[in-house]
Amino acid sequence: MPEIRNYTLNFGPQHPAAHGVLRLVLEMDGEVIQRADPHIGLLHRATEKLAESKPYNQSIGYMDRLDYVSMMCNEHGYVMAIEKLLNIEVPERAQYIRVMFDEITRILNHLMWIGTHGLDVGAMTIFLYAFREREDLMDVYEAVSGARMHATYYRPGGVNRDLPNVMPKYKASKWHSQKEVDKLNQNREGSLLDFIEDFTNRFPTCVDEYETLLTDNRIWKQRTVDIGIVSPERALQLGFTGPMLRGSGIEWDLRKKQPYECYNKLDFDIPVGTNGDCYDRYLIRVEEMRQSTRIIKQCVDWLRKNPGPVILEDHKFAPPRRETMKADMESLIHHFKLFTEGFCLPEGESYAAIEHPKGEFGCYLVSDGANKPYRLKIRAPGFAHLSAMHEMTVGHMLSDVVAVIGTQDIVFGEIDR
Amino acid sequence: MLEMMLSVWDWMPEALQVLIKIVAIVAPLMLAVAYTTYAERKVISYMQVRIGPNRVGPRGWLQPIADAVKLMFKEIVIPTNANRFLFLMAPILSIGPSLAAWAVIPFNDVLLLSSLDASLLYILALTSVGVYGVIIAGWASNSKYAMMGALRSAAQIVAYEIAMGFALVGVLMAAGSLNLNDIVLGQQGSMASWYVWPLLPLFFVYFISGVAETNRAPFDVAEGESEIVAGFHVEYSGMAFAVFFLAEYANIILIAALTAILFFGGWLSPFEGVTALTGTSFAFLMELSIAWFLLKTSFFIFVFLWLRATFPRYRYDQIMRLGWKVFIPVTIVWLFVESIMFLMKVGPWSVGA
Repeated sequence: MPEIRNYTLNFGPQHPAAHGVLRLVLEMDGEVIQRADPHIGLLHRATEKLAESKPYNQSIGYMDRLDYVSMMCNEHGYVMAIEKLLNIEVPERAQYIRVMFDEITRILNHLMWIGTHGLDVGAMTIFLYAFREREDLMDVYEAVSGARMHATYYRPGGVNRDLPNVMPKYKASKWHSQKEVDKLNQNREGSLLDFIEDFTNRFPTCVDEYETLLTDNRIWKQRTVDIGIVSPERALQLGFTGPMLRGSGIEWDLRKKQPYECYNKLDFDIPVGTNGDCYDRYLIRVEEMRQSTRIIKQCVDWLRKNPGPVILEDHKFAPPRRETMKADMESLIHHFKLFTEGFCLPEGESYAAIEHPKGEFGCYLVSDGANKPYRLKIRAPGFAHLSAMHEMTVGHMLSDVVAVIGTQDIVFGEIDR
Repeated sequence: MLEMMLSVWDWMPEALQVLIKIVAIVAPLMLAVAYTTYAERKVISYMQVRIGPNRVGPRGWLQPIADAVKLMFKEIVIPTNANRFLFLMAPILSIGPSLAAWAVIPFNDVLLLSSLDASLLYILALTSVGVYGVIIAGWASNSKYAMMGALRSAAQIVAYEIAMGFALVGVLMAAGSLNLNDIVLGQQGSMASWYVWPLLPLFFVYFISGVAETNRAPFDVAEGESEIVAGFHVEYSGMAFAVFFLAEYANIILIAALTAILFFGGWLSPFEGVTALTGTSFAFLMELSIAWFLLKTSFFIFVFLWLRATFPRYRYDQIMRLGWKVFIPVTIVWLFVESIMFLMKVGPWSVGA
């Protein structure tokens, strides 16, 4: 009698659907998954440990690199934890700017997700459609911070600088004539806010375009409906947050339940699923893109009408203006102290969480009164989601594993940290 | 000059004549294959709001040549513990049938290598042999992904071969012949006498099965990029891989050409029988020519590419369900309908009688 064994497949870390460096050890009976064992740690960069050896304001840049498709949201969680411990209030304009960029980031993240999820399930066109719009948002990042991805824009007490009045433009080159470039620059003539507003006006049509490709597509539905079902109870037990939790029908969104910044002044809805399958989560994220557009629009309106400071005037936390530094001794000292020693936080601990595009992103900060954190613990939503990989895929087929990876919206930067 | 060439031709031994004919078919075919890859990249890139290859040569026209040169100079890596003989045999097994099938394809009423009476059967046989290449490649590579791809491909091709065969039974019932040339001639008259109209459901089944047979999206589970990396040819590199690639594209062109021949009148002009055109300067449109055949074939190749840019990939079991539970019943029902109509000599079926 030959011994019948299950087929063990090493899925990743070098795999087109591994979303970076996921290593899954799959035990399969034919094509049916018996056990899915995710292995993590291949992208571990010791962010938490590094933060312990740097002054508070020098770790902001590390946060961008956690979930590298929703950069500013990570920063937000971190600076909010610091602000909580310092007990400072952020200027209102800064709050709106942060919320606006949080939502821009949410769209960035969801565009990346819809593209890769589509690609995982085999629809390649959606990927390039999504990246077309992503490009514009990257430009917004660049306009405001100088970097297309790792912005390091948020600061304890506000944001680095006010929104620029000009939008960078394309220049004519060997490959693009002046005429082509003029067409590309059409919506870049005004300020950054004009550009963002223009984006919010045309983005809903783009979302409709994505939906025509997928929402009613029979193959797409066959591949996502009833795949990876998570019951509401189980979702709570597994520590799901964000669209993964809302997909199971639990209306939980930190923006509504524990409003931070100015979310309580904004009008938006929280989409909730019913089945808890991949298709519901897909619909929720698509709807979230529309809701984010709504929020951005409201922020743009408010920001147009209300100029003001974007960072605290307290130079113990926020650097003084460069001009004053040249003439004013006090400012020079502040500047020097801030960029060498940083600032000290009172002894104690704080936890701040934001509704990250992937779920609840929290930073737990323990301070012993020094200028560096004693301990920084990051709660990454993806970690809890990935832990449920086995439960979500068992009994499904190999192709469904890929769909589930897509629906979990895994990014290894935040899981391995 | 021409007479001299003809006399040389006659003087040549028959084997040499056939050999020259084979080269005359395969060489343009290989070129067509190379440029199908270029067309694919261009068509899909325009559908995906990008430009596609545009660096090698004017507008990227030399890209396929550059690709071929690159692949030729690449090392063929043979994995450890792979069965060397079968590993190298598999690409040959896969390209052989897909080229051999071209022997019976009529480019027009005289231009064909051999007018076989059982040419439809011959093509069915050869396209099914092609799967051995895939299965052997998957097994000989000693890789789990490749093995998985081979198994999927075997099951898929068996399922779709049947649906495809049944669809072709419909055609041969209508034409009363297995000879491709006779099948085309049976569709003479006008566009209305093309077999696609009476056999519409069979046409859809045939074309979709053809897409599945060639392992193209949305049925590309055997090489599903995001699931099993590249399926049966993960371990292949260099020319060994290129041969698989050539076979795949030669098969696409074959299926497209067969669709044109079996359902769309092959080299027949769509304007045949449009009397309004006679005597006008557009009369040339009514002529039967190889150009119509190539045009129709190109259109179906385009449909292949179009499908790839539009659809997500089916899951393996869903493909099986579609093949066994949808296509086979559809074809059987339509064959039944067709035979009743055939017996009662109703409508277009009376033509074939």
